[in-house]
Formats: sequence, C-alpha cells, structure tokens
Amino acid sequence: PYYTSICTPIVDDCLNVPAVAVGNVGQLAVDLVVSTLNMSRVGYFHTDCLIPMAGNNPYASCKDDTEELHTPAEVYTAAELKLAVLQIRAPILQTRSKRFRQQLVSWIKASGFSRTVVLSSSHAYQRDDQQLQGTPLRYLITPSLLTTSADALKELSWREMERMPAFPGVKDADAEPRLCIPGGGITKGLYTDSCAEDLPLAVLLLFCSEGDNIPDAFALVNHLNDWLHLLDEPNRKWKVPSSWSLLFGSGIPPALF
Amino acid sequence: MATFFGEVLSVYSRAVEEEDEEELDENEEDEQIRRELEEKRAVHLHWSPDVTELLRSGNKLQCSSFILAVGHNAASFLSAYVLASANWDAAGRALAWNERSRSGAGRSGEESACVFYRHKDEPSVLICNVTCHIAEDQLFEWTEKVFDCLQSRELAVTVLSDRSVADYKTPDYLCSSSAPFLRSLHSSAFADRPVCPSLEQPNIITGLPAAVLNHCQVHRIAAVVYQCYSDVAGPDSVTVESYKPVLNKLGRSIQVNSPPSTDVLRKFLRSAEIQSNLYI
Repeated sequence: PYYTSICTPIVDDCLNVPAVAVGNVGQLAVDLVVSTLNMSRVGYFHTDCLIPMAGNNPYASCKDDTEELHTPAEVYTAAELKLAVLQIRAPILQTRSKRFRQQLVSWIKASGFSRTVVLSSSHAYQRDDQQLQGTPLRYLITPSLLTTSADALKELSWREMERMPAFPGVKDADAEPRLCIPGGGITKGLYTDSCAEDLPLAVLLLFCSEGDNIPDAFALVNHLNDWLHLLDEPNRKWKVPSSWSLLFGSGIPPALF
Repeated sequence: MATFFGEVLSVYSRAVEEEDEEELDENEEDEQIRRELEEKRAVHLHWSPDVTELLRSGNKLQCSSFILAVGHNAASFLSAYVLASANWDAAGRALAWNERSRSGAGRSGEESACVFYRHKDEPSVLICNVTCHIAEDQLFEWTEKVFDCLQSRELAVTVLSDRSVADYKTPDYLCSSSAPFLRSLHSSAFADRPVCPSLEQPNIITGLPAAVLNHCQVHRIAAVVYQCYSDVAGPDSVTVESYKPVLNKLGRSIQVNSPPSTDVLRKFLRSAEIQSNLYI
C-alpha cells in the first residue's frame, strides 16, 4: 500500500537502505551510490511515518533533468548491477518508528530482494575502551545471510559489532551482553526484526559524530564497495551530487568584513 | 561526551532523537493515554451540509482547480484578490489540534483556521486558506483526508506558501532588497509553465506544501507550489502583492474585478494578531 511503482518491478536485486542515524552518514553514502552509478528512479515509498519534504532533482547533472520532483523516500535501481536502493531523505516521526520498521520489513519481504544491506552509523562518543582502538567500521549479519556470505566476510576481515554488557563495570553474571547501537535510529530494530523474520540482511555502520560527515560517507561507501564491488574500474571516483552544496548555509555577506 | 576541559555535555544529533534503547513494556494505562492523545490529534473535516450529502452517497467533489494558501500572507492574498469578489460559499473546514493550537473555552480562532470555499458559479474551483499550524505528524493525514474527497482526474493544484528568506540558501549573499521573491516546485504531471524560477538546489520545501506536492507526485496529479520568501516575519502588504504573478494562472473568472486598494489589503492583514512588540 505504501510502495508506488513507476515502472519495472524489482526482483532478486540487492537492496541498499540507509538508516536515518547520527551524521546522516548512511543517507549520504546512498547519495554517492545513486549519483555515481546514475541510477534511475523506479518507485516511491509513500508513508505517513516520514516528515514530508520535497525538492528538485538532487542528482541533476544537466539542465534537462533539474526540474524533477523528488519525495522523502524513493527507490532507485541500476539494472546492470542488480542493485536497488531506497533513499530516505527525511527524519522518521518519533512516534511512528516501530511502524516504519514494520512497513520496511514487509516491503523487503514482499519484493523478494536477494539480500539487504543497511548503511548506518553510531555515536562515536559512546564507544567503550575496546572500540576506541582500530577501525571505526562495524558489521552485523543475520543468520540467513551468513550462510551465503561467510566466506566473503572472512576474506574482508571485517569487525563484527560487539555486544555490550548491560551494566558496564558491574560483574553481573545474569545480565547478558546485548546489542547496542546508540544514535543508530531504527538500525537495531531492523536487524533484530530481520533475524526474527529470517531475512538475509547485513548492517554496515561507522562510528562518527555530528559535523561535516562527508568524509564519513566516503569511508562507509568505500567499505561497502570492498564487498559489493559497485565501482570496479580503478580510476572511477564517487561523484558528489549537486545537492551537496551550501551544507553550512548561504554565502557570507561581504559587509561582514 | 567529555570536552577538552573535562565537562560532560549531552550530545545532540540532527538526525536522530534520544530514543529508548529497549522498547519499554507499556502497561494498559500508558497505551490508553497514547491512544487518546493520538485521537485528539486526528484531523477532522467538517463539510457544509450539501457537500456532506454528496460525499455520503459515495461520490467525490468535482474539482478541476484546488488552490491552497498556507500562511497569513498567502491567505491574505487569496482573500483580497479572489475571495473578496463575494462569489464564494464556505464549503467546510478542517480541524487539527496540536500543541500550538490555542486552548480556551469554546472554539478558538486558531482551531478552525483551515477554511474551504467553493465558487458559486464554478463549483469545481475550491480554495482553502490555512493559517494555523499543522504539526508534522498531521500533514500526511490532512492531505490524504482532503484529497480523498476530491476527484483527481483533470485536477490541477496550486499552492501558495509563505516562507522566511532565512530558509533560502544561495551561494551569493542575498541582500534584503531582493526579498520578497517567488520560487516554484511542481509535480511531474504539471505541464504548464510556472510564473517564476524553479527552486534551486540545495533548497527544499517542508510542511503542508510538501505533503500536498508529495501526494500529487505519487498520484500523478498536476500540482505547483509557489513559495514566497520574505524578510518580514508577519503579515505584510509587500509580501502579499508578490503573489500577483500567480493571478494569471488562476483564471480570470474567479478573480475580483479590480485590484484591491491598500485599505482593503490592510483590513485583511490586521486580522493576524501581533505576536509580540519586542521587535516592532
């Protein structure tokens, strides 16, 4: 009911979904994927769980395609790569976060994606002593996807997201270490729901802080690329979309100086 | 998070709110309170008797042109240049209670501030003036409920919306003399030519105009939003007059015969309250 297709049904593709999380890193990474691979829009995810917004084409590259309206959640595909992407451009309404997760999971199930990769982030300041060292990138994978991707992951030698003790510093044998993704929005819920529904899903996340998160986006998307090989030619670079301008406000008034 | 000097500060994210880690088991009382709050925030449409009768029999309102004004200046523009011709019937109102609605005994003015009008001679032209705040969680519902009543074939939607020029991002510093100005955004089904330049990257629109435009884009309805960026926060006659180019697209038959005098304009603008005289 909330997915409106414009054309071409999606089947068997790999789906990338960003979580609206700290620094908007997942969403920025998805922007890079869509912009670089010149993906075409194939559907709208029209839901009451997102704050409405609208704007012209954020990936416009020439005069012809600038005036094309884009909505808060849209699906893009790159058929030759068997890749689909759901880009989310607006915050999820706080009271509807669970419902949005359910809508997302049921849409993923109904569409039959071969696997889903969630791009996300987590508050860097909440890392524990162990996590402060080494790479800031982490992954999570559902049992269903592990069966097919275990070898690839071993080769990449990625670090799995650690389970945290419920009460750090308190030696309590009863409290099981649990998964904690502070600042990750619906990431944890999406992961646990997917485990429960036996969906092939992986989460790629980055520890970061709010600020200029463009370098974080590049880090995450390159990490994703190491696995999915979306950008394989050696000299190809990620293309920054035209909407990534004036991120810190308008031009400065000359009278200021 | 700890700063260099050793203070501990809370960290806010622009993307996510501080949320509960575990989903707390709500007891029945919590759930009931939550449900009641949700019901109180629901959007209600109250149509005039003949429209109610029409909708009850399973039909939809024949509508070829739906003009929506969001904000005091946009609403004043429609009131002065279109509704003042006295050829309009009040067709209904939409009620949406939220934290910004003024509470008080009886019906407050803010609550009924989404009024629908239908033209007497051309009943397929519908106008709505929205001068109250519709909360983020009510925007989608408002849009769906209103458009559910309208037949969408051959429907053309025009939205006028007030905005502060502080929200407009441009690489060249905008000196105040260029405001107020119009920018447009339209759905893919809109085939006409807007009366002003298109909204440049990286600007976006939010609120009711965005919700309406999203709906029209997904349902392939021709729609255009004219957003007026003004440097005046409240009601202002210069801002109201900057919507004039839109008149060319609204159809001569529904407009007033002669442009309103400044006295008439002032009358409409006075209806908005002065919020504070701290900055006169």
